[in-house]
Order: sequence, then structure tokens, then C-alpha cells
Amino acid sequence: MNLTLKVWRQKNSSSEGKMVEYKAEDVSPDMSFLEMLDVLNEKLLKKGEDPIAFDHDCREGICGMCSLFINGRPHGPGEAVTTCQLHMRSFKDGDTVFIEPFRAKGFPIIKDLVIDRGAFDRIIQAGGYVSANTGSAPDANEIPIPKDIAENAFDSAACIGCGACVAACKNASAMLFVSAKVTQLALLPQGQVERKNRVENMVAQMDEEGFGSCTNTGACSAVCPKEIPLDNIATLNREYLKAKATSDNV
Amino acid sequence: MGWFLSALSSSIGRKVIVSLTGLFLILFLIVHASGNFTLLNAGDDKGAAFNAYSEFMGHNPLIQAVAWITKILILVHILQTIYLALVNRKARPVGYKYEKPGQSSGWSSRNMTFLGIIILVFLVLHLKTFWYVVHYGEVPFVNGDPSQGKDYFKLVAVAFSQPWYVALYLIALVGLAFHLWHGFQSAFQTIGWNHPKYTPMIKTIGKILAILIPIGFSTQPIYIYLLTN
Ligand code: SF4
Ligand code: FES
Repeated sequence: MNLTLKVWRQKNSSSEGKMVEYKAEDVSPDMSFLEMLDVLNEKLLKKGEDPIAFDHDCREGICGMCSLFINGRPHGPGEAVTTCQLHMRSFKDGDTVFIEPFRAKGFPIIKDLVIDRGAFDRIIQAGGYVSANTGSAPDANEIPIPKDIAENAFDSAACIGCGACVAACKNASAMLFVSAKVTQLALLPQGQVERKNRVENMVAQMDEEGFGSCTNTGACSAVCPKEIPLDNIATLNREYLKAKATSDNV
Repeated sequence: MGWFLSALSSSIGRKVIVSLTGLFLILFLIVHASGNFTLLNAGDDKGAAFNAYSEFMGHNPLIQAVAWITKILILVHILQTIYLALVNRKARPVGYKYEKPGQSSGWSSRNMTFLGIIILVFLVLHLKTFWYVVHYGEVPFVNGDPSQGKDYFKLVAVAFSQPWYVALYLIALVGLAFHLWHGFQSAFQTIGWNHPKYTPMIKTIGKILAILIPIGFSTQPIYIYLLTN
């Protein structure tokens, strides 16, 4: 099939960008979206043009590196799918496809469709971890965790930090991302020691990075490739208020 | 005290302020709409019940204190939302060229600021017609006789006899309906009140209130309009 692509091109972080039109010809419906871009890039290289820069790594939906705002939606039209797992059969011959970077003050554009998601790393560094002794792995079942709690924690742990939640949110809020880690660790015994400091520090870092604040539109959860539920944000709010009211940090 | 202020000035803290003031204002709306149902007697009593109710509300010290608290909380609700809306705008300095937000979120949830502005415009007009006149203007007496007390109903009857004024009310009430449709459950989400048992209940109650409160209010201008024309 043949498609018209409108792609955001931007030389570097300080230059102005614009949408540029390309033709993608003889696209196989079995290709992934990124393979379609690979083919286009090869053609551009042959013509001596600058290929379109975009992020990717695992290409199997687990690393969170791919991004792209495709036809008005992060990760494109699929449900619970990352851009790398999106296939061209989701489009029709003759379609026009708009491809833009995830846009947020907290995610500055490096080039074309590549954005700097370092803000997420800094939020995780602020508290999204548990401190544990290194050494040999602990015995399995040493810390008993009921199955339903383990499952809930795992649902939140599934966040891959892709940033689609920020991209979809009209406020560019990072609260779904933050809530995923806070919820996961608040559920588990290993997370208790740093529980209050974690949520206070992660929220402070989130605010400092310039993300907006949630107005509960639910867009984040609707586009999240890992289906992190909106309820997590209520949990984040509750954890934060409890921590502020009861922690030793004056 | 530092921890308290830092909590209140964080993104979550500000949202919680908006939520709590919003929930208080919903309570206020319910009381306000209920009291005003005395207007619906006007066909029989020429507004006597409404006048008695207004007299009581205007002179009871407790009610007066609550009225001032309400005004302050309305202001806090507005100022905090303006602040948050500006921060949220800045969080995406360059917008998308092609966007389809309707795919992933509801209309009212995305337009709370716009809906709030409709309500604010209405509020200014509403206060000017009634509250301002009662406090700083002249309220006529019943049958022009001071011994029979003030005729608050007259003010209402004059205002609601004008079709454009009634139309404005109804538009504002539609705005209010959409504002509450999202606002009620959103407020509970923000204060962290989520629970598999109660969240579905809260969502349903929110939708019922979003319909009932505006309908309750709308009966009043419509009824008075029909009565006076
Ligand atoms: S919450 Fe979902 S959308 Fe947001 S970063 Fe995690 S996986 Fe991506
Ligand atoms: S490239 Fe790893 S999730 Fe898409």
C-alpha cells in the first residue's frame, strides 16, 4: 500500500521545526511502523537526504524507547501497544499519517522525532527505587506477599517509562508515570522503608521538571501501552497527602 | 509550617485545594437551590415564602458567616484553577499539529476551565442583579409599604421576566452541568479517595448531581418567567 506521511522535522533542540511530506510506497501490511520508517530512511539516504531521526531499541514493546505521536495519538491507533509493535495493517492504502514527537516542556526535542526523556530518569532517581543489600539473591518466598498484592504491584511495575501518558495529557502531566512506581512500591514490603520520602521526593522532582498537573481526563491511561490504571493517580495523591502529613520531613 | 506550605503549593496540594473547595461549593449549590424552591410558591403567595426565607438568610449571623466563607472559597477555587491552568499551558509550549483528543478523554474533562469561565461570567451577573442590590442598592417594599417588609421576590420577578436573562441562566446551568459531570468524581480522585466499593458509587452520585442540581435551579427562572409573562 501507499501512504502519505507528514513528519515533524527539526534540526536540533534550538531550531524551529516543521511538518514535511513524504511518500511511503509499496508498504507491506506486515511491516511494523518502525520498519516502514526504516525503509523510508534508506530511500532518503540513497537520495543523499537527512534520514528521519526516531527513538527505538528493543522493538518488542518492553523497553519504552520508541515514542511517536501518530495521527493524534501516542503510539498510534492500537490499544495497549507501543509504536514498535504497531503494524501497518492498522492503516489503509492512501491514508495520510501524521507523525510528531511527544510534546512537553519536560521532554525537549533533540532532533526530529527524538526527545530527551531524562526528566523521567531524574524522577526515578528521586525515589523510584528500594535500597537493598547487594550480594547473593534472597531466597524465594523469604518475604511472603499475597498473590493479589503481588499481581497489583506487578500491574503497576509494567510501566516502561515511555512517556505516552505525558504526550496524551492536555496538561503534559507525568502523574500516571509517577503513580505507577509509587503504587508498585507502596504495595510491597520492600518499599515500606522509603515509602514516605519516595512519594514526597518524586512529586517534588516531577513538579520541578515542568510537567503539568493532572485534571483527571483519563487520556494517559487510555493510551498507556501497559494499561496503567487511572486509579493509580488517586493512590499517588493519597500516598502524597499521607506522607506530607505524617513524615518526619519538616 | 514549611512542610505544610510546600505541600499546599505542590501540584497535588493545589489540586486538593481545588477539589475540597469544589466539593464545598457543590454543597452550597444544593442548599442554595433548595432554599430557592420557595420561589415556586409565588403563584399562590406572591413571593411571601421567598421573602421570609430571604429575610432569614440575610440576618442570621451563622448564615452570614457561611456566606462569607463561601465567597472566599469561590475565590480560592478560581485563583488556584487559574494558576494550575497557566502552569498546565506552559507544560506544553509547542502544541501538536494534528491532535484528536476525543479518542482518549471526555469533552467536559478537557474543558473544565472553559466551563468554569461560563459559570464565573454568570456569577458576576448574578451577584450584580441580586446580592449587590440587596446589600448596596434599594430593595422595594411589599406593596410599597415599609411595615410589610422588603420585597425580595420583586427583584427576582423583574429579572426573570426578561427572556434574555432567563436564557443566560439556562446557558450557565448547562455549563454547570458539564462542570459537575466531571468535577464531582474528579475531586474524589484528587483527594485520593479511590476504592473498588466506593468509586463506582461516587461516579454515579456525581452524574446524578450534575443533572439534578442544574434542573433544580432551572425550574426557578422558567417558572417565574411563565408566571410574569
Ligand atoms: S504510565 Fe504507561 S504511558 Fe506512562 S510511561 Fe508508563 S507505560 Fe508509558
Ligand atoms: S522499541 Fe522498545 S518498546 Fe518500542
